[in-house]
Parts: sequence; C-alpha cells; structure tokens
Amino acid sequence: MSLLELDKVSKVYKTGTFGGELKPALREVSFNIDKGEVISLIGQSGSGKSTLGKIILHLVPPTSGTVRFEGTDISAIGKAGLRDYYRRVQGVFQDPFSSYNPLYKADRVFDMVKSVYFPGVRGTDWQAKVEAALESVTLNPGDVLNKFPHQLSGGQQQRLLIARALLLDVRLLVADEIISMLDASTRVDVLNLLVDLKRRGLGILFITHDLSLGNYISDQTVILRQGVVVEMGETPKVLGNPQHTYTKSLLAAVPQLHKKWGELGAGATVIPAGEVRAGSSNGKIAHDEVGRYSKSPLHPLRQGRGGSGGPLSSVTKTAGGRPSLMELEDAPWQRRGPKAKKSPSAVLSAYPAPPLQECEAGHFVATES
Amino acid sequence: MTLEVDKLQISYRTLRGDVRAVDGVSFAVDDGEIMGLAGESGCGKSTLGNSLVYLEGRMKHAGGTVRLDGEVLPISDQRAMGRYRLKRVSIIPQYAMSALNPTRKVGRMTAELLKSRGVRYDSVEEELKRRIDLVGLPQGVLGMYPFELSGGMRQRATMVISTLLDPSLLVADEVTSALDVSTQRAVGEMLMEFRDERFVKTIIVITHDLSILAQVADTITVMYAGKLVEKAPAATVVGEPLHPYTQALLASLPEVGVRYEDAPLAGIPGRPPSLLHPPAGCRFGARCPFAFEKCSQDPPFMELRPGHEVACWKAVRDIGGTSVLAEADQPGTEGPAGPGAGSEVPAVPRPGAQLASPTSAVSPGPGEWTGQGTGQP
Amino acid sequence: MTASPGEIGPAAGVEEASSLGSSSTEEVGAGSEPVLGPVGSIAGGGVEARATVAAGAPVVGAPSGLGVGPRQFTGGRRWEFLYFALRNKKLLLGMSVELVFVVLAIIGPAIAPYNPSKFVARPNLGPSGAHLMGTTYFGQDVFSQLLYGLRDSYLVGFLGGLFAAIVGMAIGFSAGYRGGVLDEVLQVFTNIIVMIPSLVLLIVISAYLKTRGILFEGVFIGVTTWPWVARAVRAQTFTLRERDFVDLAKLSGRRATSIIVKDIAPNMASYLFLVLILLFGSSILLAANFDFLGLGPTNTVSLGTMMNQAMLWSALQLHVWWWFIPPGAVITIIVAALLVANVGLDEVFNPRLRAT
Ligand SMILES: Nc1ncnc2c1ncn2[C@@H]1O[C@H](COP(=O)(O)OP(=O)(O)O)[C@@H](O)[C@H]1O
Ligand SMILES: Nc1ncnc2c1ncn2[C@@H]1O[C@H](COP(=O)(O)OP(=O)(O)O)[C@@H](O)[C@H]1O
Ligand code: SF4
Ligand SMILES: [Mg+2]
Ligand SMILES: [Mg+2]
Repeated sequence: MSLLELDKVSKVYKTGTFGGELKPALREVSFNIDKGEVISLIGQSGSGKSTLGKIILHLVPPTSGTVRFEGTDISAIGKAGLRDYYRRVQGVFQDPFSSYNPLYKADRVFDMVKSVYFPGVRGTDWQAKVEAALESVTLNPGDVLNKFPHQLSGGQQQRLLIARALLLDVRLLVADEIISMLDASTRVDVLNLLVDLKRRGLGILFITHDLSLGNYISDQTVILRQGVVVEMGETPKVLGNPQHTYTKSLLAAVPQLHKKWGELGAGATVIPAGEVRAGSSNGKIAHDEVGRYSKSPLHPLRQGRGGSGGPLSSVTKTAGGRPSLMELEDAPWQRRGPKAKKSPSAVLSAYPAPPLQECEAGHFVATES
Repeated sequence: MTLEVDKLQISYRTLRGDVRAVDGVSFAVDDGEIMGLAGESGCGKSTLGNSLVYLEGRMKHAGGTVRLDGEVLPISDQRAMGRYRLKRVSIIPQYAMSALNPTRKVGRMTAELLKSRGVRYDSVEEELKRRIDLVGLPQGVLGMYPFELSGGMRQRATMVISTLLDPSLLVADEVTSALDVSTQRAVGEMLMEFRDERFVKTIIVITHDLSILAQVADTITVMYAGKLVEKAPAATVVGEPLHPYTQALLASLPEVGVRYEDAPLAGIPGRPPSLLHPPAGCRFGARCPFAFEKCSQDPPFMELRPGHEVACWKAVRDIGGTSVLAEADQPGTEGPAGPGAGSEVPAVPRPGAQLASPTSAVSPGPGEWTGQGTGQP
Repeated sequence: MTASPGEIGPAAGVEEASSLGSSSTEEVGAGSEPVLGPVGSIAGGGVEARATVAAGAPVVGAPSGLGVGPRQFTGGRRWEFLYFALRNKKLLLGMSVELVFVVLAIIGPAIAPYNPSKFVARPNLGPSGAHLMGTTYFGQDVFSQLLYGLRDSYLVGFLGGLFAAIVGMAIGFSAGYRGGVLDEVLQVFTNIIVMIPSLVLLIVISAYLKTRGILFEGVFIGVTTWPWVARAVRAQTFTLRERDFVDLAKLSGRRATSIIVKDIAPNMASYLFLVLILLFGSSILLAANFDFLGLGPTNTVSLGTMMNQAMLWSALQLHVWWWFIPPGAVITIIVAALLVANVGLDEVFNPRLRAT
C-alpha cells in the first residue's frame, strides 16, 4: 500500500456567471506516492497542478475519483478525521508572501499549530520543539522568530513553513511551486532541504513548471497537460528519454546556461501540424510559444550565433494558417454550441483522458492523437 | 553607444534615512545590444531600470548622468522626462503584467497611453495591428480585458505597446519571471526579435535568472548591493566568470540533467546587505569565501580583460598582477575608479581561455561553496 | 513588492493617463477608487502585486483585493499609517469637526437652555441673546432643539450604521467565505432586499404603527442598507480567501469563524472602516430624508424633523430662516466632514494618493 493513492481523480470547475461554464481542470489522474519518494508534477500554468495539490490537501473536493491516504479514502473523513489528516499531510505554497497573514508576526504559523494540535504543551517545551524544527530546516531561531514576514527573506519564509509542517507528524508534504518565487541562490537551499526530508522518509509531491528543478530532486515525474497525465515514470527515464511531444517541447524550452534554445535537437521543438490542429490548446501554445519568434530573417540564431535555420524553420512554414493563441477559446470543452455539456460527468466522459502505455519498464506515455 | 550611464546614484528617501539602492553605477549599452542585468532580489536592479525612465516619488537622483544617443536625459525632472517616455525610453515594469488596469480594454488603454504622449491612435493603429500579428496575438486582444489574457499573452501585449513608438531604450524588468518555461522561451525570443526588427535599439533585460540571460543577452551585467560587480559578453560571464558573486550565482543553478545524487548544488549563504547603511569595503565581503584583508577597501570596477569589467580584489590579484593592488594601496587613492583606469592593467587574455568548451569552464566547483574557504582556490 | 503604483503606470510612460497600471500594489486596493457610492466601489482597481504564473482568468469579478500587505521596505507599516494619518489635513479636519459635533451631541441636553418641545417664548422670534437661534412657530427654542436633535441624528446614524454593518458583514462574510450554494442563496436574498423600495415599505409600515421611535428608524435604515455592505464584504472576502494564508490556516485545523475573524476581517480593516463611515453618513442623511417627509420619529426631535416642521409651518414663506437653516447646515456639515475624512483616510491607506 502506498502512502497516497490517486485513483482517477477528476475535477470540473464551474466558471462564468451562475456557474454556466464547466471547465475540466483534471481528468482521471492516477498515480501513487510512496514513503521517502519525491514525485515531481510538471506542467505549464493552468495545467491543473495546484488543483491536484489542493485536492490532496482536502482544500478542494474532487468531482470524481478517490484519494486514499494510508489506505483510507479522505473524502469520508469527518471534522475530527480532517484534523488528524492534517497532522500527517501538509502543504507549502508558491508565494511566500501570500502564505503569511501580513498583519501578524511570521511565527504565528507555529502558534496556530500549537493552539489546535498541542494545546496542553507548556511554553518552554513548545519553544524547544519549535527551535528543534527550525534547526532541522537550518534556520537560526534568533533570526526568524518574532519577526514580521516582510523582515524575512523568501527562502527563510519558505523554510519556516516547512518547519511548521515538521512540528506535526508529517508523512506527506505537498510543495506547490515553493521555490519558483525565490532567487536561484536561496532556491537551492530549499531544494536540498526537501532532499533531506525525503531521506528521512517523507513522501513529497513537488509541483513545478521547471523541468530542471524537477529533474534535480525527484524520483518519479508526472507530466500534466490540460489536466491529463501525458507521461510519467522514473525521472531519469521520463526526462532522459522523453516520448511525448509535449514533454519534449517543455524540455526544449528550459533555459540553459551553455546551450541556446535553438541548438536543441530537431524533434524537441516541433510539434507536428496535425497535433496542432487536432490537439488541444496547450499543444498549440507550446508549439506557438516555442516556434513563433524565430522566423525573422534577422534572428540571431540565423546569424551564426547558434545553428542556422535548423529545427525552427519548419515551424515557420506553418505560420500562414497561424492558430490562435487563445488558450480558452480553443480548448475543446470551451466551444459553444451543440457540444456544450450540461453536467460535470458528461464533460468528463466527452473528453476522456488518453490511455497510458508502458513504453519501457517504469515509464508510461499517453497515446497521442 | 546608445546608452551611457555614468556614476549614477539613486536613493530612496525613507523615514529612517536614504536607501542607496543604486550607488555609483557606470556602464554603456551599444546600439543593437541586449544587456542583461542580473543579481539577487534587493540588489537595486529595478531601481536602476526605473530610474532611466521614471523616478517615482520617493526616489532621488543623487548624482551621475545618463546619456541616450549622446543626449543627457533629465532623469530628475519628471516633466522633461515626459517628452522622452514611450518615444525614446520605455519600460515594462516588474509586475506590469499583473498591474494592467483591469477595467480597461487593451485597445482603449493603448489609445489613452498614446494620447498622454501626444500621439494619435489612428496614426499608429496600422503598425500596432501589424505588430500584434507579428507576435502571434489575435487582433481580438485589443477588445479584451487584461484578465482575459494568459500570462504569456499579457506579457506580449505589454511588450508591443511599450515599444510601439520605436524607443531607443527598452527596460524589461523581470518580464519572464512569473512565466512557465515555454512561455519564458517565447517572451525571450520575442525580445531578440524586437531588437532584430529594430523596434528598439537597445534593451536592458532585468532578471534574477542568469540562464534566461545566457539565452537572450549579448552582454551580462551583474549587480550586487547597489553596485556593478561584473560586466562582460554573455558567454564570458556564464563561462568564465571572474567575480566570486557571479560564480556563486552560477553554481546555484540546476542544469537540465543534473540530479542531487550526482552533484548537490549549493546556494549562497546569507543575504544581500541592507542598503540603508551598506557595509564598508567590498559589499560581498560578508558572504565571500575568498575574502582577504584587501577586501576591507572598496574594489574598483575595472576592465581586467578586454571587454570584461570586474570589481573584485581577488580577480585583480589573479589577473592584473600585484601592480594594481599596490597602486590602490598608495595613500590618497582609492584605487583606479571607472572603466577607463583598467587600461593600465596588462589586460591580456589567458591563452586558451577563449571558450573552447563552455561547459567545462564554470569556475568554482559547487563544493567550494559549501565550505567557508578563504584565500585562493 | 517594488511595484508601488507610481512605478507601474508612469514608468510605462503613463503618468497622466494612468491607464496601463491602474494601481498595483497590495496596499492600493483598499480605496483605489474613492468609495463614495455604496455599491460599485468594490471591484476597484486593486490587482495582486505579485500575480504569479498567471493562469489566466481570475475567477471572481473583483480582480483582487485590498489586503494590507506590508511589502514595505522600511519602517513598520502601522507607524507609517500613523505618520501619514497625522499629516493628512483632510483627515484631521474632518475628524475634528466630527469630534466637535459628537461632543455637542453628548453634552447637548445638559447645556441646552430650554426644553426643546416646550413653549418657552413668543413664536417666530429672530435670533437674540436669549434665543441664540430664535424660536419656532410654536415658540420652542431652536438652539435647544438643535442640540437635542443632534443627539438623535447621531443615534440614528449609529444605530442604522451598526445594524447594517452587522447584518451586512455576517452575510457578506459567510457568502464570500463559503461560496457555493450558500453564496447563491444569500445572493438571491440580498437582491430581493435591494429590490424592495424602502420608501414605500416605510409608508406602509407607518400606516400600521402608532408611534415610531429612534430605534425603529435606525433599525429600519439598517435593514434597508445592509445589502450593499454585504456585497462589498463578499467581494473582498472572495479575493482574500484565495490567499494562501487562508489555506494555511485551514491546514492548521482552524475553524471557519476563527479564520474569518482573525485572518480575513483584519485584512479588510481599512476597508471596513470606510464602510462604517459611509454607513454612518448615509444613515444620518436617510433619516433626515424620512424625517423631512414626515416619516421620522413621532416622539422626539431630530435635525430632520426640525426641517420637516419648518416646512409644514411655512417657515420658508414666513422668512423664518433660523428655523430651517441651522439643522440643514448642521446635517450638511456632519456629512461633508465625514466625506472629507473619508477621502483623507483613502489617502492614508492608498499610497498612490499620498502626497510625497
Ligand atoms: N477556483 C477555481 N474556479 C474555477 N476555475 C479554476 C479554479 N482554480 C483553478 N481553475 C482553473 O483550473 C485550471 C487549472 O488551474 P491550476 O490547478 O491552478 O493550474 P496550475 O497550478 O497548473 O497552474 C486553470 O485553467 C484554472 O483557470
Ligand atoms: N519604495 C522603496 N522605499 C524604500 N526602499 C526601497 C523601495 N523600493 C526598493 N527599495 C530598496 O532598494 C533596494 C533595491 O530594490 P530593487 O531595486 O527593487 O531591487 P531588485 O529589483 O534588484 O530586486 C532594496 O534594498 C530595497 O529594499
Ligand atoms: S574577494 Fe574580496 S573583493 Fe572579491 S568579492 Fe570577495 S570580498 Fe569582494
Ligand atoms: Mg499553480
Ligand atoms: Mg526588481
């Protein structure tokens, strides 16, 4: 039994006035997280990563599917059960600033935990416990206690939140883009801290849009696109030998220090035209955002700074029937008319997730239409 | 030179005193050059960028000059600067993407903006539409509200609008920071294309992410605590950095393919000093593993190799020999100041240092950053 | 946060047009549009200072909230408020005027020279030493009536404002925080209340009630004005509950009420304060309106009833100006001072409007 099991988790949001529009943010997402394992969940913005994180944290109810933690379906737990659940499952979010109520001192996040989970603990004992937690995230208590959030650096803020989770008996940590707002120099410390926690047996869901970060830290990788898993498996396999065009195009977009964007392999950036037309919006965006700006004859890549012409020129040719970049307009479920679906379940069954196939041991790819 | 900044000082007036966010900064940007400005947050990058276009209420021009196309910009006179904005200098401020007025459609906003500059909308409408098409936005964006656009679309719209009148200088402040990687790439390539199409003559790209700059910038300038610490062509900064701060920034970047088991990365312990009372001597001293006695004096920003300026005593010692060190020790002189002084230094590039294999050239191994080593590696 | 508003709009070259960035920082949200009209002020220009990986469509109509984010570099934010508050002439002026009137209202009955409803002198006497503001058609002392009336007007303003604030906030907070079905039900309820014409309702009720007191009037005003408070609070709550610290509070096992009271409400404090001021002012005005139309309290004297009586007994035609000018002027001054203070508060809370 895994620590956490996601079984065909789907989420349809109601949007628009009077909830008239239905938007499937997640479709039949299934994977497991084990003890001492870091899973990175990678996808562009809007692909549903945070939604999945919030579902796991019981902050958003799934439309269908089940989330089991240590074998128990979390939708069935009551108020007391939830309190217990949060003792073992905790989250840290993207924007350190927004995670702190600006009106209070930063260490209030500890006090909140105390008042609910440790009401009886004496002041000095609690102090010792907090200090131990701070030490374990390599924070000096004197530096961070009794300060307002804005007096702390982003890295300190995020580590403080991790320390908060460590006060409890956490087994699973949902880390939603926790380092994307940090400077590279502080980012690494938080990353290394996560590695440390993993070695202590925590399961970690590491949500990010940056493949190099995901690759650095995770054991398993799940690539999410428009709420659907397109590729997943062991990190070295998924990112070292990507099969899905979407994964490839994401990889090609990662800015690298010593390799120009244009110098990556041909298959990396080009998404076949058929995919663009038939596929869903994010495919287009990936295609577009990657290929669009390289068509100028003056483009540096064509001036011998990098390769010449190369992979991107093939994209350029499609520029005539340039697809719109409007993400919303193009998603299939956004089209109005006879196809508009009334109920969440109808939406889900109209746009099923493509099946995953095992292309090598421990490496799954969705079939591409 | 399109832009020449000379000993620029900008401070913030606060209740506790002046925050010297830009403290004597000199550099030049060539026609057609994209200059990257990097550094951790709080180092004064935005302040520097903003000051070239708009001094906000609390900002004070405490000294120095800015020349654009040979003409001195009246940066402390907001009324006089009004004539230059959008037409000659333009900025995409940090967080601009989220600061678009939510109650105005993009088209109307553009029209109002142009009107405030005394430009009629009709006269540029055609060009606007052409450029919207060029960056791959649907013409419909003009009739849409900002929140209806995705992050990447918004960033592109802001860029088209801010360069519509073909300014000489565009300051792009953290335009890629809030975007996911594929949109980052799109916006980055768009910056290059705008320069190539001569929509703007020069661009200053501000970001804390050196790997973006490695992609788009021609030269990279690294800033630390209100001062410039290193400036060189992009490949040199990334491949052969001389300043310990730049080296540390690079060492903290995970590259694709690197995993924690193979090569644990190291961050930079500590954080940039407060600019209210910046420390004396080298401002990076408190965090620098190489600091030595000399570092209690302010290192001059000087050209140690052709086109490669650095402000670090260790770099001087390693490259310039001891003559400069000795010279700086003479009473009364605070070391050669400004780029010009560097010409006295025997500035010969090391043989074989010319980027034969960029990947191998990243200077200190990450390990050096974990310990508190001092002295030379 | 570096994006102080000046930086955004103008920096992009927009200072006069103020279009590219309406307002940007967290600090701005609160009152980026002067909150004058009851409704409509909510969706004001505030936008998250740090929108992050912009996932596109903000879900709620109101792009984001006020939220007091001390993304401040120097000095404590509170102190900064105090600093600006004490230097804001409008706020100081408005508040001092209000203070004078409040003191008068409190000690009024004690210093009033005569019983306001008793016949104390000849009718329609002009102002004199004995009767500072003359007498009415019934020989009552206008100055004494004014002092008593002041108290009642303040009482109505206070009662009406308080009632509307309590009901409006309760409904606004629950609808905004819970969302979903509860929100929809409460929205419908709110809209129904808005649609009932309050004047007609008051006339109908008056037909059945023998006497109407201050309490009745205050509560009635409260009942008819809470919907816009509810809407405003709901919209703000909607944006605040999206903030991560609310999720974090949930993850700490805290209950909804405690999250609303300790996390959400304090972050709208500046806004709620403005709402209270406006409610107070509008209650006084509404009460004066009702009183003037003869629908006010039957058993006491208020500024509105004074004017009503003056009209009824042709003070205008008889040129008994001292009967209606003082109450009219006092109401105008009270409300105007509140509005001035309100604009001042806006400037204090909203750095964009601060004079630097
Ligand atoms: N509360 C919500 N109501 C309606 N739609 C939402 C809500 N939250 C997220 N969405 C939509 O669901 C999709 C997935 O969002 P999210 O999970 O935040 O993606 P990510 O974290 O990958 O950027 C997006 O298109 C977003 O607009
Ligand atoms: N409005 C302000 N008032 C006072 N200090 C400020 C203000 N804005 C920025 N600063 C200070 O100026 C320094 C540089 O800030 P900034 O230019 O925003 O840096 P960066 O863009 O590199 O992150 C920081 O130390 C910051 O604290
Ligand atoms: S070696 Fe000295 S001068 Fe160079 S960065 Fe370190 S402290 Fe500064
Ligand atoms: Mg997210
Ligand atoms: Mg900045």
